[in-house]
This record gives sequence, C-alpha cells and structure tokens, in this order.
Amino acid sequence: MENLTAMMAGSVWKLLVAVGDEISSDGEYVILESMKMEIPHAAPYKCKVVNVFVQEGDFVNEGDSLIQVEKLG
Amino acid sequence: MIKILIANRGEIACRIIQTCKKLRYQTVAIYSEADKESLHVKLSDEAFPLKGNHTKDTYLNGEYIIQLAKENNVTAIHPGYGFLSENSDFAKKCAEAGILFVGPKPEHLEMMGEKIRARQLMEQLNIPVIKGNSHPIQSVEEAKEIAFDIGYPVMLKASSGGGGIGMKLIENQEQLEKEFVATQTRALQFFANDDVFIEKAILKPRHIEAQIAADTLGNIVFLFERDCSIQRRNQKVVEEAPSPFLSSHGRKKLEEYALTIAKKMKYINVGTIEFLVDENENIYFLEMNTRLQVEHGVTEGITGIDLVEWQFRITFGEILPIRPHHVEMNGHSIEVRVYAEDPKTFFPSPGTVQHCSFPEVEGVRIDTHLYDGWVVSPFYDPLLAKVIVTSKTRKDAVQQLQSYLLSVRIEGIKTNVPFLIDILSTKGFQEGDYATNFISEYQKVK
Repeated sequence: MENLTAMMAGSVWKLLVAVGDEISSDGEYVILESMKMEIPHAAPYKCKVVNVFVQEGDFVNEGDSLIQVEKLG
Repeated sequence: MIKILIANRGEIACRIIQTCKKLRYQTVAIYSEADKESLHVKLSDEAFPLKGNHTKDTYLNGEYIIQLAKENNVTAIHPGYGFLSENSDFAKKCAEAGILFVGPKPEHLEMMGEKIRARQLMEQLNIPVIKGNSHPIQSVEEAKEIAFDIGYPVMLKASSGGGGIGMKLIENQEQLEKEFVATQTRALQFFANDDVFIEKAILKPRHIEAQIAADTLGNIVFLFERDCSIQRRNQKVVEEAPSPFLSSHGRKKLEEYALTIAKKMKYINVGTIEFLVDENENIYFLEMNTRLQVEHGVTEGITGIDLVEWQFRITFGEILPIRPHHVEMNGHSIEVRVYAEDPKTFFPSPGTVQHCSFPEVEGVRIDTHLYDGWVVSPFYDPLLAKVIVTSKTRKDAVQQLQSYLLSVRIEGIKTNVPFLIDILSTKGFQEGDYATNFISEYQKVK
C-alpha cells in the first residue's frame, strides 16, 4: 500500500474518487487549486483506493498524503 | 485634498501608491485577512480590513468597498488590474455614489468585457478577427459543426474569460467532445457566465499589444506596442517594448487599428488592444483590456511616461500632456515576471519568503510587494515581482537583465527565476525569434 501525495500546496478543489474505487494508470483522482490554478493529480499506476485523507476544501501542503492506494496488476 | 482608495493588493497596489505619493494624493488601502501584513498596507496613509480571504468577500466586494470609500471621503477608486478593474457594474455604482472610477466609462467596460460583442464591433470596423463563430455555442453538436467548418486546430474560449483562464487548444473532434462541457463548467465557475465560442487557432502567432491613452476631449495617443509572446499556460512571462519582430509597416498598421477602435468607442483613459500577429505580419484583433496592464512598465521604460499618473489626470478631466504623434520612443525595455512557482513544473509554490533581495542598479526597475518574512498565500495569483530593464539597445537590455537576475535572491519558496535566466539565454529569445508556443517548445527540447 502506498500514499499518493500533493505535488503543491493548495486546497482540494475536486475529490474525484472514494474508498473502493479503481483508478486507471494516469487516471485523475484529485484536483488541487492554488494561486488561481488547478492542478489535476493522476495515479502513477492502476490502483484501488483504500483510504481518502482529504475532503473538498481542505488545505494541503506539498508532500501531504491525499489518498492511500493498493497497486493493481 | 485628493484621496485615492486602491481596490487591489500586491505589487500593483504598491506601484499605484507610489504615483499617489508623487502627486501628493492621500492613499487608502484595503486588505484581506491573509494580506494584513502586506506591503501595500504599510505604505498607505490609511488601511481598512476586509473580512475573510475569498476574493468575492474581499477584493471583489464592490458594495463594501464603495461604502468604505464614502465613509472616508475618498475622491477616486483605482482598481489596478484584475479584480474589479473591468467590472462595469462596479464602475456604475462608483458613479452613483459620487466617487470617480479610475478607468474608462462603464459602457467601455461592457463593450469589451464580452469577447463576442467585441468581435462583432471589429467586424463592423473591418478590423481582421480570427475566423470563428460570434454567438454563444449551445451544445457539443453545434461546437463540432462549427469546428468542422473552421477546420482544426481550434481554440475553445469562455466568452467572459481572460488571463488565459477558460481557453483550450483543441486538435480534433475527440478532444472537443471531452473538453466542451469542462470549459463551460469552468467558465461558469470563474466568470459566472458559461458562454463559450470557438475560433481558428493560429499556431505560431506573436502576441503583440498596442497601448493607447485617450482624454475626455477626444485626444488619443498611441504609445507603441509590447510584445508579450513568451507565455506559459497562456499567461505572460516576459514582455518587451518595442517588439523585436514588428516592421515599421506593421507598427503603422497596429497604430491605425488601435486608434480606429478607440475612436469608434469614444474610449477614455489608458487601454490596451491585444492582437495576434502571424508569420506574415497579418494582424488580428484578440481583445481589449480596458485597464492598466501588468506589463505597463515596459511602455513607461521606453516613453518616460507614468501611465498611472496619466490615468489619474484623465480621470480628473485633464487634457493629455502630450499631443498625438509627439511621443518619442527611447531605447528598449524588457520585463520578466517573477512567479512563486516550481521552475520546472510551474506548479504554484506558496509559503514564507525567508529572505529576499533585489539589488538597486541603474536602469533596473523592480515592482514588488515582497519583504523578508512575507507569507505568499495560496489565495492569489503567483506574481511576486516584475523586473524591468531599460537600455539603449535590445542586446544591452537582454544582457543586463540576465546578469541582474543572477543577483536576485528569494529564499523560502520556489520561484521561476532560474527558468527566466534559461529563457533569456536561448538563441530564439536573444534573436527575438519567438512565438507564443516558445515555452512549450522549449520544454519539449529540455
């Protein structure tokens, strides 16, 4: 299991997944917003969401864990 | 006693306060919670807090700002750029409250605020616009038909958009299907208006804009052009005046178009008309910004004019201090925008500025609100500073700017300074041979 982390400081604009969802490789799971810019975060590999650590509107720092995933085949 | 309320923040609020001090106007600042310790608050004579940090509660809260202005006997409100600067409703409400709005008349803001209406006006004036539709598109099906007629690639744009937000390059029908609703949604969210339209994408265009100023008596002057083709995510990064690309014939044409538009509109105050110029120097109207531009400093560099002072004088009904065709251009001026962002990914980098220094050097102008300990918040755009160099020749200006940027120190947050130095060192930039795709091409090569 691995945590996927924020690439920048900002607030969670859109949370696109819930626990149990499968994300394809390169699939977007969260969109952060900072300084009037939205940055989609995509999964580096096919995975299943085990845990979600953030809610829409939360502020996160660069490197903070956003979701926990289990790598799929 | 003239008293000016500055309805803005950051570097531009500080820059406006400077001119106010020169003209001996009293200044009133407003600030959000995150901006409590901001430099513009420290520099102004008076300052009033706004509740919260969301822009709609703070710098976009026109009603409260006007109330503050009334209570404090403010003569005029300077909106800077962004926020309320192009909001015709706000300009109207200022007038109703008996407060001057430092900018054009509400009808000018309205005329140019909606890109579709602006295009229609250009068509009337026989000023070339890029092929596209001139009414809001209702559905994906309609969008597909229009894009097919015009031919891919096309640009999908929010009618009320600006600053590169709400526009998307579309290469094929599949991408159009994917992006149409997303662009509409974004347009609604950012601009409270989900009208979108499509136009032909010109692939290696230069972004060249004409600066004009017009007084209440109908005098209009052309203050030359700025080349703002170096952009990332459709936002300007490097700007220069004059354009290294435009021929004297092209400049004449640009002037003619700009003056025709300003005259037809009966425009008053300073304004910028943005054009796209293709490889064959065909000039197309893009949009008009009915306000002060971020990059106005390079025009000031080559003309010696203080555009903010002109804005005030025009607002107070004075005649333009220079007759048309008597403005002289001296030397070459280049500006770089220092952003709080990762120099490789361009991701925003808010945080605390532990230390910063911009050495004082002749010919270099720094517009900034930074100081040691300032916290760059995630609520606002990432602009930290503008470094503007004016020299006799373009070559000198490029060289001086390169060596100056090596002496700039900003610690605690990531900035794009290393990236700016790289850009200035490229052969393309040094030779003045670049288009709006310059940065994306440069990144591909890296």
